[in-house]
Amino acid sequence: MPEGRIERTLARLREAGSLGLIGWQTVGYPEKGAAQRLVPALLEGGFDLIELGVPFSDPQADGATVQRASHVALRNGTTPADCLQTVRDLRNEGVSAPLIFLSYYNPIMAMGLERFAGTAAEAGLDGLIVPDLPPEEADELLAALDPCGIDPIFLVAPTSTDDRLAAVAARARGFIYCVSLAGVTGARQHLSAGLPAYLERVRRVSDLPLTVGFGVSRPEHVASLRGHADAAVVASAILDLMERTPAQRHGAALKEFAISLRDAAGPQPA
Amino acid sequence: MPALGRLVTAYHAVQADRAFAEELAALQRHYVGRPTPLYHARKLSAEAGGAQIYLKREDLAHTGSHKINNALGQGLLAKRMGKNRIIAETGAGQHGVATATVCAMLGQECIVYMGEEDVRRQSLNVFRMKLLGAEVRPVGSGSRTLKDAINEAIRDWVTNVEDTYYLIGSVVGPHPYPTMVRDFQSVIGRETRAQCLEQIGRLPAAVVACVGGGSNAMGIFHPFVEDGGVQLVGAEAAGHGTESGRHAATLVAGRPGVLHGARSYLLQDANGQVAEAHSVSAGLDYPGVGPEHAYLKETGRARYAGVTDQEAVDAFQLLCRLEGIIPALETAHAIALAVQLAPTFDQADAIVVNLSGRGDKDMGTVAGALGVTL
Repeated sequence: MPEGRIERTLARLREAGSLGLIGWQTVGYPEKGAAQRLVPALLEGGFDLIELGVPFSDPQADGATVQRASHVALRNGTTPADCLQTVRDLRNEGVSAPLIFLSYYNPIMAMGLERFAGTAAEAGLDGLIVPDLPPEEADELLAALDPCGIDPIFLVAPTSTDDRLAAVAARARGFIYCVSLAGVTGARQHLSAGLPAYLERVRRVSDLPLTVGFGVSRPEHVASLRGHADAAVVASAILDLMERTPAQRHGAALKEFAISLRDAAGPQPA
Repeated sequence: MPALGRLVTAYHAVQADRAFAEELAALQRHYVGRPTPLYHARKLSAEAGGAQIYLKREDLAHTGSHKINNALGQGLLAKRMGKNRIIAETGAGQHGVATATVCAMLGQECIVYMGEEDVRRQSLNVFRMKLLGAEVRPVGSGSRTLKDAINEAIRDWVTNVEDTYYLIGSVVGPHPYPTMVRDFQSVIGRETRAQCLEQIGRLPAAVVACVGGGSNAMGIFHPFVEDGGVQLVGAEAAGHGTESGRHAATLVAGRPGVLHGARSYLLQDANGQVAEAHSVSAGLDYPGVGPEHAYLKETGRARYAGVTDQEAVDAFQLLCRLEGIIPALETAHAIALAVQLAPTFDQADAIVVNLSGRGDKDMGTVAGALGVTL
């Protein structure tokens, strides 16, 4: 089976001995159209893939930072259709990096699984993470995504049982998203000391790249993941930076932050 | 998720455990005050003009509502599982009070998440929970009501999953909660069924209960599901009317969706964003509903109707005046529906209403609705 754009990108980084960096934008935050400007800034600074958050009224897996951004985006009137248009706009601007949606299940269900998958593939989306959909309940969604070539990406946690890891390994494409801790999203001071052993456990059930997220917020976190994981997701730290920076400086600030993380992650392949 | 798997295993273990059943039964009798009476409301029946209305008096259970049945069952289960930190969500505060009560009795730490909006309109219950030793954490996100309190409790649980038991208060959330809460509440329906046979000599023509998340309704419906001749009718909160957009009638006016780990009916906008529910009663102010109610609706075994804020407040006053019983505003929705339904039945028929809670907590709200300053 031909690998998708996500796996090809992470394979090139692995060959270069570098850690992949996955950046974040909540679509519609701080205003509509911001992601169209800020995703290119993140990519120029050295991110390799981008997760786009589809705002939802009840983001149960998210900490205060992502909750606030989601709330603002919804107040700005952001819809799933706007998120799909953001992907289309980025592709039209020439963005070729893998683009991944993080969406809770209900907005996708409301649009209709097949209609969502078809529109998303046509827009240029590569992967989808649904944090409130367990793999055992995902068959309908997988059937809709599969013919469209969109990778279903699942989360595992340090508390995941072997059965759960096997259920994820049997269905996942693109990468496996390894949640760093028991908890919700949000920047943390330190990463867990148990991460390498946990990643080894996941490694034993799947050949897919492993990505670590939840709490990853600093260059030293990124540096510590090299050699253990294939990529790191940095999300809340980006939103935190945007909250404390005037809007007109968002592009420059995100680019600087990206550069600092890139130094810690190792160079991008040519 | 592994925590849910462990919960399923632990729940199956206590279901097969006679000592657990005996401990629960003894506490239901000596601590909660079960069985609760089945009362023939003769004056209300005469006023409605039709079937004889009977009230299952869950308002007389300890803490003043049916919520204690589930809190006690799950509290004992948590103890068996060795979890001493209990978290709960609450809307009207009745489940929070029941949980705080059980935790005090069993010696467990208790943290209750409650939307800021509900903290404001149910201040009496907030004070009760604090007196009982619980910590009440106001939730300021989203609509600041029950659904947001559940979101925050879920976030706490995934963060502290090793030592914490999430004591959910209704037949909602991920498996096994809807099943487990139904089972602990089914004591209401089992007693009602036996009391009907003993006091009336036959089964009722209909059983009526209010539905927010749906735990008191599921508890009284469940033992009657196989009795095809017994109509099961749920009263949802129609707020300002189901056409107004300001209501909580999920089964009457919602669409299928996924929230809090369950697929059921949901109040939502065209984009799948969960809508803010509205009801004069905080306990019905929830945009979802237990998945088994969705099943009973789809199979036609139960039916659901909306009752407006005004109809509920009217029924509240009617029951006070005619029967000397002050019901919870949630329960008043079921009273209103029963009074509407009674004339469609024969005088010899019986309708049982689950009188799920007492109304002391609602004095401020009702006074406000009647334009009275306390």
